[in-house]
Amino acid sequence: MPKLNMVKALNTALFEEMARDPDVLVLGEDVGVDGGVFRVTDDLQRKFGSQRVIDSPLAEAGIIGTAVGMALYGLKPICEIQFSGFAFQCFHQIENHAARYRSRSQGRFHCQMVIRMPYGGGVRALEHHTESEEQFYAHIPGLKMVIPSGPRTARALLAAAIRDPDPVIFFEAKALYHAAKEDVPDESETLPLGRAQVAREGGDLTLIAYGAMLRVALEAADVLQTEDGASVEVLDLLTISPLDRATLVASVAKTGRAVVVHEAPRSFGPGAEIAASIMDGAFLSLEAPVRRVTAYDVAFAGFAREKATVPDVPRVVAAARETLAF
Amino acid sequence: MAKPVPRESLVPGVDAGLARRLLGEMLLIRRFEEKAAEAYTLGKIGGFLHLYIGEEAVAVGATSVLRPDDFAISAYREHGHCLAKGADPRRMMAELYGRRDGLSKGKGGSMHLFDRSVNFLGGHAIVGSHLPVAAGVGFAIKYQGGDQVVVCYFGDGAVPQGEFHESMNLVALWKLPVVYLCENNRYAMGTSTERALAQTEIWKFGQTYGIPSERVDGMDVLAVREAVGRAVARARAASTPALIEADTYRFRGHSMRDPAGAVYRTREEVEREKQRDPIVLFRARVLAAGLLAEDDVRAIEKDVSDRIDEAVAFADASPEPPAEWLFTDIYTDISTEA
Ligand SMILES: Cc1ncc(C[n+]2csc(CCOP(=O)(O)OP(=O)(O)O)c2C)c(N)n1
Ligand SMILES: [Mg+2]
Repeated sequence: MPKLNMVKALNTALFEEMARDPDVLVLGEDVGVDGGVFRVTDDLQRKFGSQRVIDSPLAEAGIIGTAVGMALYGLKPICEIQFSGFAFQCFHQIENHAARYRSRSQGRFHCQMVIRMPYGGGVRALEHHTESEEQFYAHIPGLKMVIPSGPRTARALLAAAIRDPDPVIFFEAKALYHAAKEDVPDESETLPLGRAQVAREGGDLTLIAYGAMLRVALEAADVLQTEDGASVEVLDLLTISPLDRATLVASVAKTGRAVVVHEAPRSFGPGAEIAASIMDGAFLSLEAPVRRVTAYDVAFAGFAREKATVPDVPRVVAAARETLAF
Repeated sequence: MAKPVPRESLVPGVDAGLARRLLGEMLLIRRFEEKAAEAYTLGKIGGFLHLYIGEEAVAVGATSVLRPDDFAISAYREHGHCLAKGADPRRMMAELYGRRDGLSKGKGGSMHLFDRSVNFLGGHAIVGSHLPVAAGVGFAIKYQGGDQVVVCYFGDGAVPQGEFHESMNLVALWKLPVVYLCENNRYAMGTSTERALAQTEIWKFGQTYGIPSERVDGMDVLAVREAVGRAVARARAASTPALIEADTYRFRGHSMRDPAGAVYRTREEVEREKQRDPIVLFRARVLAAGLLAEDDVRAIEKDVSDRIDEAVAFADASPEPPAEWLFTDIYTDISTEA
């Protein structure tokens, strides 16, 4: 089993899926000659040629609109948007076309396509280059919204997303691209979309996280274990939408307490939906209100203050302690 | 042997004062960018930093025909446009550093410089997104009966975006006083215009929309000055829009994260283009024409490097924005604090 960082793991999945299925192609700005802003598509063009790994002009609406057309015809495009903050240029194509063709055509057409975007903090950049926008996509029926938490889940989920008949928005945490390496199996593997994982078992409190926040949640769980003797369960959502309510509810029914962690701003974010789902499914087990540790409701922080905005271990620990003491 | 060129024809219509100003401003931008690159390498500037080195003649030539109350608006490679428009280099450097005395209180950074006091309407990180904004400013000027002009800088990378075409149509249809100034440096990150545009002569798109359009040598500050001067005069007098394509080149990589001689262009090409260095060319011309002497040029260089040193010292001394500022300027008067 080779040890790969997330960039390499994603690159591996792209290689494998393109080799597996000639209908899979990659398109986006600078994905070919340059190999992508973060080098996730490195070497693909050399291997598969410029007919299948396509450098597009700088036109996000054009990229997604074209990919929708390809998908209607039966191809399986994988689009790269260089940063999630640039996707508003093509948001209309995503929400109005990609997400709706299946229902609009009563199932006669559908869009098997993946839209990959780096999201979140980690490169000391500004606004569009640092923000988390998963809530916008999670809110749209017809889309699947997937966020891996490390190299292994990234490779498996990307493969699953490419094979999934629905349009998948696939967010890649910039903070994780070059962070820890993980063992990734030689054989291609997939993970089911719409399914969360228990990343750590515990009985006193459930921390719910995804993407780059999983690491933060796991570290917070360690602190709570050693300093407070608290046994904390950590859930890795992996798919934001459709939400794996069963796993959420089962965990909180056991622990009675939950804290949600995400990088997106708080109001109307994924944490709100998660809290509501827990209320629906585990109300009588709850010992404390569900808390949220999120970015603040501000447009952006400026790189000097990025750390103050993105949830960190101390903030998660503090919220968990309040919840435990409630 | 080439025929000797009459001296005044080297720099038609330029006096010593103007020569000093144009050279000084181009140098100011060059040195500012060099210092910013240094600061970035030291980790004082985060994220991304896009240098304007090589393209100085465009901003300086264009701004030289503007009035202080005219507007300029730009994309994210905007340090040069902002400096040329008259912003304080100290506050600009502090903004790049993310410090509290920055033009945008340290919350905008390199790509989002705004300076109301000099009518600089900002850098914009999303490619193509500011072109319709420029049209809107033009509309407002006309609506209010003003005679100001908007100069909108953008790269060749914005041309395939829908907003470019939508904006061309709008300013032509509504006759708005906007001069669209495309800095065609031949690349959008790693993608050359040949690989992005069906029509690589960008100025020709203007013709389709019935907009007076032309191409100009963007390495020649006087040529830019003339072309933009014509366009600004028409816009001011008759609210006529324009599209100008300036043929230019960036000497550095796309951003500090992209090494200059990256995979998408050859080292030879970069070296060849550096022979067109707008500052070297202009300095040689004004010296040859006898407008400035070597001593004058040295004095300008000294003054510029003093100002840039001051800017760096100012940025270094400026504190980080206080944590409470996270919550300011979100709404008029509602606290959004958690
Ligand atoms: C809508 C959007 N898509 C992609 C990007 C990423 N990106 C930043 S700069 C750039 C190239 C732009 O090139 P150009 O407009 O020619 O400007 P130049 O860098 O040459 O000055 C790209 C693709 C972006 N900022 N915004
Ligand atoms: Mg360009």
